[in-house]
Amino acid sequence: MDVKKPMDPFPGQVHETPGGGILTGTLDDVINWARSNSLWPLVFGTSCCAIEMMSTASAKYDWSRFGFEVARATPRQADVIIIAGTIVNKMAPVLKRLYDQMPEPRYVIAMGACATSGGPFFYNTYSVVKGADHVIPVDVYIAGCPPRPEALLHALLTLQVKVKSGAPREKITIGEISK
Amino acid sequence: MLEEIGTTEQGDLVINVGPQHPSTHGVLHLVITLNGETIKKVEPHLGYIHRSIEKMCESLTYRQFIYSTSRMDYLSAHMNNHACAMAVEQGLGLEIPARARVIRILMSELTRLASHQLWWGAMAMDVGAITPFFHAFREREMINDIMEETCGARLTMNYMVPGGVMFDLHPNFQVKTKDFVRFFRSKFDEYDELVTNNIIFQERMKNVGRISAEDAVSFGCSGPVARASGVSSDIRKLAPYEGYDQLNFTEALETAGDNYARYLVRMQEMRTSLSIIDQLIDNIPEGDFQAKTKAVLKLPKGEYYSRVETARGDFGVYIVSEGGTTPYRIKFRSPGFSNLSALDHIARGCKIGDLVAIMGSLDLVIPDIDR
Repeated sequence: MDVKKPMDPFPGQVHETPGGGILTGTLDDVINWARSNSLWPLVFGTSCCAIEMMSTASAKYDWSRFGFEVARATPRQADVIIIAGTIVNKMAPVLKRLYDQMPEPRYVIAMGACATSGGPFFYNTYSVVKGADHVIPVDVYIAGCPPRPEALLHALLTLQVKVKSGAPREKITIGEISK
Repeated sequence: MLEEIGTTEQGDLVINVGPQHPSTHGVLHLVITLNGETIKKVEPHLGYIHRSIEKMCESLTYRQFIYSTSRMDYLSAHMNNHACAMAVEQGLGLEIPARARVIRILMSELTRLASHQLWWGAMAMDVGAITPFFHAFREREMINDIMEETCGARLTMNYMVPGGVMFDLHPNFQVKTKDFVRFFRSKFDEYDELVTNNIIFQERMKNVGRISAEDAVSFGCSGPVARASGVSSDIRKLAPYEGYDQLNFTEALETAGDNYARYLVRMQEMRTSLSIIDQLIDNIPEGDFQAKTKAVLKLPKGEYYSRVETARGDFGVYIVSEGGTTPYRIKFRSPGFSNLSALDHIARGCKIGDLVAIMGSLDLVIPDIDR
């Protein structure tokens, strides 16, 4: 039987038979593939990065090309939370609460210097949380103040690779993703 | 605080909006007391994005602190930088080259356009129309491209420094700006057709969220919010800076004081900005783009204040100097804070469904309010 790899990165192998084909693969791979192409982000912009997130959603960059356009206002319908902006001490419990309300599996992108490490507000401030990962676990970090829309798109694609690989959070390293 | 949902003794319903809510344009928390559908009281809770910028500035030098102000009202980043640069120049007694003055005005007006475009898209989204958002961002990306070439950043530019601007204009600047002005002018008809003359939009906006001229003054409103009530408050006219007095433009004024008047004022301001750019784009003087300054700036002991008209209103910077390299105290007067303080007054008696439209017409930027 002729076995060939499909052009679409759909998991599994297509075995062509007269009048159709048979697909073999694992259910986990198929679920992860489907999940990665339909990640719904939560509308969570606290400051400047939110404007670049809106730019990414607009016609020029258009994140709906990758299945991210269904931005939800409620955490109960969202898959990924894009932390676009600074998290301060008063906001941290709210962020935790939002994260807890999201259904599993849930993913987190820290967009920009503030959400990554406190960024420009690292020194000499009394109210800024120095990185959102002090509050909730983060999957993908983006550098920049604010990051360009291309950087956000790259982060979204990186998250897709991560979701497709299906490995638990601790096992993923940069090297594995670039393969 | 988040558990305040419930009813009062009089049987009024108390609900929370925010801090994470798409209509609050950031992280603002409103506690609303409702009698049926009618708003009895709106209580804003601030501090969800308080980054202690004023305190931080006390330990930054006069060159450094300007950068943190781009992150306050990020939609008017140039104007924030501008006010700070002017306050420092006032202390140093610096004379700014003519070229730098014109570049500053051009950049400020482009930023005002970008800010109002985003507001236009968001305003239409607040009353339920999604499409205008994409129209607005199409034009806004052109301004972002212009900014990127000259300033090196799309949003937080940090372009204005004490003594002038950081870099000279990019060779493409004039051509690209003219292209943009021509393109954007042709789009006003589309904007009017899509939103301004839309009967559904007008019904949502007219006679909703009124504020009288007296109240606007006593709440300290500025910018388009005050001008929609007939209060002349354009700093570009009242206290001209950087040569705005030599330009030919009129202040946009409306008298109705409702949501629709605030909408019309901002639409008029966009046209004004285009005409200012038209007047200057072919008349950029040759010369230096930055005055010569010392590497370390020290302001003489004293107090310095400067104000500019941002896209939201009167933005002021107050510096107290003890003679060192860092300010002793800095206070920012942000227009959003005063405009938000009028929200309770404006929204009382309105229906809960109109609250989002009122907030949209105030054009709040929360990091500007919380600082």
